[in-house]
Amino acid sequence: MAAAFATSPTPLIPDEPVLRQPLQRRSFLKYAGATAGATALVLAGCKKDDATPTPSNTVVFAAGDVGVLNYAYALEQLEAAFYAQVVKTPATDFQTGELAYFTQIATHEAIHRDFFKAAINRDAPGQLIQDLTVNFSSIDFTKRASVLAAAVAFEDLGVQAYNGAGALIKNPAYLVLAGKIVSVEARHAAYLRDLLYPGDATNFFAGDAVTEPTSGLDRNPLKPAALVAAVQKYVTQTLDASQLS
Amino acid sequence: MDFFQLLSDLEKADAEFLDRINPRRRVFKYLGNAGQKITTAAVPAVLASFFNRAYGQSATLTAPVQAVLTLALQLEYLEYHFYNTALGIAGLIPSQETAAITTIRNDEAGHINALRAVLGTAAPTPYLVTDFDYSGGSGTGNGPMKNALIPGSTGNTNGALFFAAGQAFSDTGQRAYKGGAPVLNTTATKDILEAALNIHSVEARHNSHFRTVRRAIVANALGSAGAPAVSPYDAAPKSWISLVDNGGPTAPDGSKPASKVYGPGTPATGTPDASYPGEDNTSQAGVNLTTLGSTYTAAAISEAFDEPLDPATVKSIASMFTSTAGKAKGLFV
Repeated sequence: MAAAFATSPTPLIPDEPVLRQPLQRRSFLKYAGATAGATALVLAGCKKDDATPTPSNTVVFAAGDVGVLNYAYALEQLEAAFYAQVVKTPATDFQTGELAYFTQIATHEAIHRDFFKAAINRDAPGQLIQDLTVNFSSIDFTKRASVLAAAVAFEDLGVQAYNGAGALIKNPAYLVLAGKIVSVEARHAAYLRDLLYPGDATNFFAGDAVTEPTSGLDRNPLKPAALVAAVQKYVTQTLDASQLS
Repeated sequence: MDFFQLLSDLEKADAEFLDRINPRRRVFKYLGNAGQKITTAAVPAVLASFFNRAYGQSATLTAPVQAVLTLALQLEYLEYHFYNTALGIAGLIPSQETAAITTIRNDEAGHINALRAVLGTAAPTPYLVTDFDYSGGSGTGNGPMKNALIPGSTGNTNGALFFAAGQAFSDTGQRAYKGGAPVLNTTATKDILEAALNIHSVEARHNSHFRTVRRAIVANALGSAGAPAVSPYDAAPKSWISLVDNGGPTAPDGSKPASKVYGPGTPATGTPDASYPGEDNTSQAGVNLTTLGSTYTAAAISEAFDEPLDPATVKSIASMFTSTAGKAKGLFV
């Protein structure tokens, strides 16, 4: 299975840093008759005009599937770090059983993080992004309400991130992996919302605050640039997802 | 300046430029941002109009895409009629849960509208409550779950069996959507994929809630999300699937009618987009997660990932809940 996956027919070459849509990619290929590899080379040249030196404190998510995987890896690093802190310094007013559940969620997020790290290192050696340095100074870890509110925000953002990134993924195997993870993030979000907003039909597990009341769809899937803007305050490095769209 | 630089610069100058030249992307942006302002009654018409404009008629959907969406639609009807029926039975759903089940029922109605709009003329005639056999008896009306809609019957105190069935239905749904996602991953159906993902995550939210309630029922603490899970997790599950949850809920006759919901599909092994392992899977994309960190148990790993299910297995589960009338309409066939 490992071998089959590693030799997946979709090449994991970071490509099309400028082209944002299938329409344009098709046009380019029509004109150029290029292979994906050649496309990457040509576009590397095309990018020259924007060549602003990348500061070392910036984390750039490259275009293509590797960039999406690194984007997911960044999110999971953030979530895992948050829950690790929750478990390390539990809120003084956690109710019975709540720390045990936070401990489980912390483990799930750490597993997601370590999975992406292993998968990227195997499928795209040398392209793993650096470790994020987190900044949670805006969260009061001593208060249950503060921790729950932050946790709900992180989980909902996780759902919005995976739902918004699904259509950017080319390799169907990675799409299924995103699907396998996003439903667990949704489970976390629903559980935490039921804790924070018991019986509140606007804000509980699938209240109108999270799902569209008319279509029943999760609200506002976020494209990477928007998601990154929402979580930037928790990360010391500058996150650049402009190539993922 | 070359063509690509021009595109890049245009996008910098006008963030919506690419949306404008690729109008398909706007459909779900519209739903996401403005859906609130549309009345319930208007939704099907609005959706239909958008899709007809954006995608042409359903005839342009390929047969595999239609098959995925049709199965999803049938599952939504299975859920909708179940919750809608339950809401009409006095004394079945504890009062603390009426709002939650109403929300879930309404979400399923929304999913039905969305899927019917995408399918357009290929959508089947709407299924009726009489097309289903919620006893799980494949049309006999005498299956293992027959008490789920009978208030206070054996095994159904505080609606325990009803919530167990809801858990099984919504897990079947989330696994089915996951299994269908690769089929929707084509250039022409990216927006449909995104919509399906946003239904899929709502099914998972519903499922998490059913599990939370089931813990509370066992702990005699209705309304408490913090009630403890009780190993082996078939009666008082975690809010996420742990291994195979000991085969899922047990019916009053001692059977495990939902065991296939948590087991493997066909084939069980292969690449992630072409295999359907059981929920106790501990290897993802060829990465054995039990050897990543010595502290990760098989249970924790299984909880961190939900698994897809193939259409044939989904149908074999769901057809237990089809009446003779439903079978005649091709429901889950």
